[in-house]
Amino acid sequence: MDENRENRFIKYLRKDRLPHIFCAGCGNGIIMNTFFNGMEMAEVDFEKVVMVSGIGCSSRIPGYVKCDSLHTTHGRPISFATGIKLANPENEVVVFTGDGDAAAIGGNHLIHGARRNIDLTVICINNSIYGMTGGQISPTSPKGSYGSTAPYGALETPFDLSELVKSAGATYVARWTTAQPVQLSNAIKKALQNQGFSFIEVISQCPTYFGRKNKMRTPIDMMNWMKEESITKRRAEKLSEEELEGKIIVGEFQNKKEAEFTDKMCQLLESKCTNDKPMATRSAYQGE
Amino acid sequence: MVDFMITIDKNLCKGCNICTEFCPRKVYQKSGVLNKKGVHVPGHEDEDKCTQCQLCVMMCPDQAIKVDEKVDEKDEN
Repeated sequence: MDENRENRFIKYLRKDRLPHIFCAGCGNGIIMNTFFNGMEMAEVDFEKVVMVSGIGCSSRIPGYVKCDSLHTTHGRPISFATGIKLANPENEVVVFTGDGDAAAIGGNHLIHGARRNIDLTVICINNSIYGMTGGQISPTSPKGSYGSTAPYGALETPFDLSELVKSAGATYVARWTTAQPVQLSNAIKKALQNQGFSFIEVISQCPTYFGRKNKMRTPIDMMNWMKEESITKRRAEKLSEEELEGKIIVGEFQNKKEAEFTDKMCQLLESKCTNDKPMATRSAYQGE
Repeated sequence: MVDFMITIDKNLCKGCNICTEFCPRKVYQKSGVLNKKGVHVPGHEDEDKCTQCQLCVMMCPDQAIKVDEKVDEKDEN
């Protein structure tokens, strides 16, 4: 196919692997598009982007992107990303993770990444179910939703990931759905520009499992549901808890400036290791 | 010369029909055209209605849609 007859995001993808493995109508493709759009808006050098992912449907995204990528163990992408960022602080490290990856098995790594306030951009694709393994209930499944392990509806209260990460100390937290791609691109742009731990929770559709078990069989039904049920943070503050039940609160939860971990680490090394030697600690790749 | 604005890559489309639902001007319709995988690729007969908002480019999960600048016939000559 002719170069100028292609979608404008294809140039970031490994063409020989397309079409990707995601189901028809999966939100992961939309999140890929919005990430590239946000990256273009933030004017980030694509050569410096490193994508890290764990295990899950969403974690297959870095495999399709033409950049340095790392597919790591289940729940530990933030730990690996911390290592990459500290080894070379010039890198723009982006973590793609799912709700099962970030909230269930890797919840501890998530809150400690936020506590350290290390300069990572974590994009958590929350499809409210374990999509890859067959539709089991995840820690973010809404109360009363059905899954293959909850045939009578989930009984537990779900995690509010954005509030969790905000209280753990992240400096940029936002939540949007895949039905709002423009707002999501702007949030990704701000997250990439933010110096510190940035967390974006994207409510995504899983028509194959979540949709099928919850009477929303097509991706269009799911996206219309997300559009109808989402409510901005400013409007949600005026409503009571009963009125907010089942609603998706979207918006920017946190945007502040705070000292960043790699800066602190570099300052410490500079102050402790200055015996007339060149500063070899800042980056292993800088030379000299 | 570009004689049509919207291109859908038939080999990438998975037939989720998100474009038919979310296009603000309803440019896309469901169609009976099949690709080699047996997926119904949407049609775009009403191209004149398109305002090039590029929302479909962003919303297509399979990166199959491309919207070009419209080339005016007067400028061509």
